Amino acid sequence: MKVYLTRRYLFAASHRLHNPALGEAANRETYGKCDNPHGHGHNYFLEVTVSGPIAPATGMVCDLGALDAAVAREILDRFDHQNLNQLQDFVTIIPTTENLAIRVQQILSQVDLPAHLESIRIEETANNSFEYAGAHPPPR
Amino acid sequence: MIYLTRKVEFSAAHYYHNPDWSPQENQRVFGKCSNLNGHGHNYTLEVTVAGEVDAVTGFVIDLKQLKDILSREVLDDFDHRHLNKEVPEFAFRIPTTENIAVAIWERLQSHLHPAKLHRVRLYEQPDLFVDYYGE
Repeated sequence: MKVYLTRRYLFAASHRLHNPALGEAANRETYGKCDNPHGHGHNYFLEVTVSGPIAPATGMVCDLGALDAAVAREILDRFDHQNLNQLQDFVTIIPTTENLAIRVQQILSQVDLPAHLESIRIEETANNSFEYAGAHPPPR
Repeated sequence: MIYLTRKVEFSAAHYYHNPDWSPQENQRVFGKCSNLNGHGHNYTLEVTVAGEVDAVTGFVIDLKQLKDILSREVLDDFDHRHLNKEVPEFAFRIPTTENIAVAIWERLQSHLHPAKLHRVRLYEQPDLFVDYYGE
């Protein structure tokens, strides 16, 4: 028996979408107001989905407190109230939410979580969301 | 194949308690959920069925019929109830979101013909939900 559990988190960060290899006009055309030199920010909602069997003694897939602690330590502490462009993660990568989603999945896939990481999903705004389950995700 | 999802809500009380453990162990593992007086949630249940579109009706499943099934099999027993004390599945199983989702799957899966139950998604609160595909 396999159950998928999803937990939702919030972090706030700023970014600017700008590719230095492109000219000013091309950046303007590609990124529009997201290219504003001073940056702008979002409240990002992050959903982390883990899976596993239900432990009979607890009725749970995993200890939620342990999952929360791991996500706080690895993701929220790292990204919350930061300028994403200033972080090591995005020195050579444009901090679009696509790239942010991939980075978050990479980080979480390399740390000890209390259950198997299936996928992550980030809402940049209420209208845009991005999901990543690794390079070779299993069908669902 | 078309997937159709119907959303319903129910409100229920529960607590988490493993009778094989000491009160201290229950408190350590389940925290404030172990309060034996219980507490409650507004659960949101999303039931997704899969099937082919019927050539005559254009439906995967008759929505009214699906609503009636959800009411009869789930809501009538779960809504405004104490899950530990009033729902038989949880007499000996802890009513975690995971176990409630599995119990709902088991209650629904034989009633949806000709559609098939694809997924049960159960929100305990907006920042926590569980998916079960019967795997």
